[in-house]
Amino acid sequence: MIRNSFTLIDEGRVHVTPATMAGERVWLTPGALQAAFGWEVKPRGLCKDDRCIPVHGHGDVVTDAGVDLAGFAALLSRPLALDLEERVACLGASATDRAAKLASLDAPDFTLPDVDGTMHSLSDYRGQKILLVAYASW
Amino acid sequence: MITVAFDQCADDPRPFIEAAEPTHPSLIDSEHLVADLYRIVNVPTVVWIDEHGCIARPNDVAFGNDAFKDMHGIESAPHLEALRRWVKGGVMPLDKQEVRDLQIPPTMEEQLGRTEFSLAWYLHRTGRRAAAERHFVRAGQLAPHDFTIRRGSMPIRGMDPMGSDFAELYMEWVQAGRPYYRPIPGSKDD
Repeated sequence: MIRNSFTLIDEGRVHVTPATMAGERVWLTPGALQAAFGWEVKPRGLCKDDRCIPVHGHGDVVTDAGVDLAGFAALLSRPLALDLEERVACLGASATDRAAKLASLDAPDFTLPDVDGTMHSLSDYRGQKILLVAYASW
Repeated sequence: MITVAFDQCADDPRPFIEAAEPTHPSLIDSEHLVADLYRIVNVPTVVWIDEHGCIARPNDVAFGNDAFKDMHGIESAPHLEALRRWVKGGVMPLDKQEVRDLQIPPTMEEQLGRTEFSLAWYLHRTGRRAAAERHFVRAGQLAPHDFTIRRGSMPIRGMDPMGSDFAELYMEWVQAGRPYYRPIPGSKDD
């Protein structure tokens, strides 16, 4: 096992932490998991806010080696893109979460810069009808 | 109106934005966050959001004029007319269940494709071009008909989004039966 600096990306937030690697597996310490993703290792499982996912029956996600990154992502049903050589991993949004939000018909909020760098949120315009137009120079 | 450009920096869409002299926010979405949140797979895509922050009309292809109608076959008038009726007359285009029925939820593969794209973009921005290329390719394999990934990555990778790589992508999409290309009628009578 090798201990190396690893970059973790979650919803655009970039966090660099030591991680243990062996073959294609990557383990984080519970502290690193919490700092990067906000999930805590507790006796009843992996917890964030008011949600807990039991790890019993999920074999080797949490062991003395730490929290297995791929196992953690699978437990959350979230996609994980991993580059072992560059030591970077990106945790994406689950299809189920995105689908549920869209089916609720609540328009997902977002905050983005305009051409001058000023940030705007969709929720800034609540109270008006909005035509959201997505386009590109390509 | 709020426009969102899936471009890698403000400079790419800037000429279009400046020509439009907009009085509305013109936002830059280099991470393709809005594409992820709304399951947008090509441009242009329009979404109507009401005063309460609810989706009144889901993702649809619509153009502001008929300049390229011969290429894509979509008339601009029905959508613009429905939009006018909604904005000026409060006429809802669809009921809530119709909105839900017209939504296309993302698949696990599509979400993994978006995640691979995000990883590729980060690697590109941090100067690791060869690694970035591997993940752009992987993203395209996972979401082969997502133009925000396959065409959207072309300018980043130094490929011409108007050239032969795009022509190949377009033919693949046509041969796959033009997936999800179902412009919503302007009104129930269309």
